[in-house]
Amino acid sequence: MKKVYPNADAALEGLLFDGMTIASGGFGLCGIPELLIAAIERAGTRNLTIASNNAGVDGFGLGVLLATKQVKKMISSYVGENAEFMRQYLSGELELEFNPQGTLAERLRAGGAGIGGFYTRTGVGTVIADGKDVKLFDGKEYILETGIVADISIVKAWKADPSGNLVFRKTARNFNPPAATAGKICICEVEEIVPLGSLDPDHIHLPGIYVHRLIQGTHEKRIENRTTRKKEA
Amino acid sequence: MAWDRNQIAARAAQELQDGWYVNLGIGIPTLVANYIPEGVSVTLQSENGMLGMGPFPYEGEEDPDLINAGKQTITELPQTAYFDSSQSFAMIRGGKIAMAILGAMEVAENGDLANWMIPGKLVKGMGGAMDLVAGVGRVVVVMDHTSKHGESKVLKSCTLPLTGKGVVNRIITNLGVMDVVPGGLKLIELADGVTEAEFRAATEATLVN
Repeated sequence: MKKVYPNADAALEGLLFDGMTIASGGFGLCGIPELLIAAIERAGTRNLTIASNNAGVDGFGLGVLLATKQVKKMISSYVGENAEFMRQYLSGELELEFNPQGTLAERLRAGGAGIGGFYTRTGVGTVIADGKDVKLFDGKEYILETGIVADISIVKAWKADPSGNLVFRKTARNFNPPAATAGKICICEVEEIVPLGSLDPDHIHLPGIYVHRLIQGTHEKRIENRTTRKKEA
Repeated sequence: MAWDRNQIAARAAQELQDGWYVNLGIGIPTLVANYIPEGVSVTLQSENGMLGMGPFPYEGEEDPDLINAGKQTITELPQTAYFDSSQSFAMIRGGKIAMAILGAMEVAENGDLANWMIPGKLVKGMGGAMDLVAGVGRVVVVMDHTSKHGESKVLKSCTLPLTGKGVVNRIITNLGVMDVVPGGLKLIELADGVTEAEFRAATEATLVN
């Protein structure tokens, strides 16, 4: 079966439907599947539930799907960089389920690994624990969190081979591997598809079994918060 | 007289011990990296998936694939390792990180911490803070002792939604250093030029000896 598609629109064909759940990789604007997000905007799919650590910024990343009101609900840990998000949420147009960052990562990992739920110390004694099962382990309280299985996942890697084996680069890895595994179908965009056999099998970060469709493209890779130091004279 | 942001960070850096893996939060905690004492080697964890965080890059050498949890461009070090977010929080929840230094909106005498939302006003999210306070070995909070309106942020009990319950070990503010102990907070150290009377007047929490 051929996994490589010519572009993002083709790679999403037949997969999108109103009301679906999407797991997305990325942290801030780092390692986000920007080409697939743009294609979902073009497709106009609505009432989306999106599990993603962040919601992009106004006009980039998942922010573009917020601007077009294609998103019904976000499952995120931090949305502080997005004014349109804040406006839609405070006016009641957008649902938001805050998850602690590690809980969100583990919910995606668990969903992809066939784990229905897990108990964690994170959130004990906070609003996050409201309504959740509490269990004592070794005398300490843990709360039950459930795995997330998404209709599709959209992720970004650095390199792939045509079989879908992925290599990520630096901190652009972030949520991409757990999000990739959480989707029933995973679509991945990369900067370069390299020939079979050119990736060292010992250096593959995510094996191709998790990746169903693949595209190569050019990425803007916008920097959210550029910080530098001066060279000493 | 009191400590400024950089002096708070410098005092917090004295908490670090050689060989520790440490997570620094956003804001004043990030400044702590500038004051790591001579002879103390610590490895900084960034919860977006990195151990061994280096300084900001030189101008022109920024890499969009290399950022910290505050989304700032940074650099790597010879000992740097990268990993995904689930691995990152496995080491956090698993107790492998010795200390987290975090900011706060409010802190209470029982060690409760609130730093993630103001209902109806500020809706940003907890990011990794709830996981950090639940998992790391020791939690140090750095913050201003009072609000812009002069109200104490060191309270008998938090009024804002909690990040963690009974999780704080030490509090470092512009006015001094406190430990969370049975019965309340214990004054450890006053900031330069701050009297104990001034410190007590700015503290709502119970101070014990």
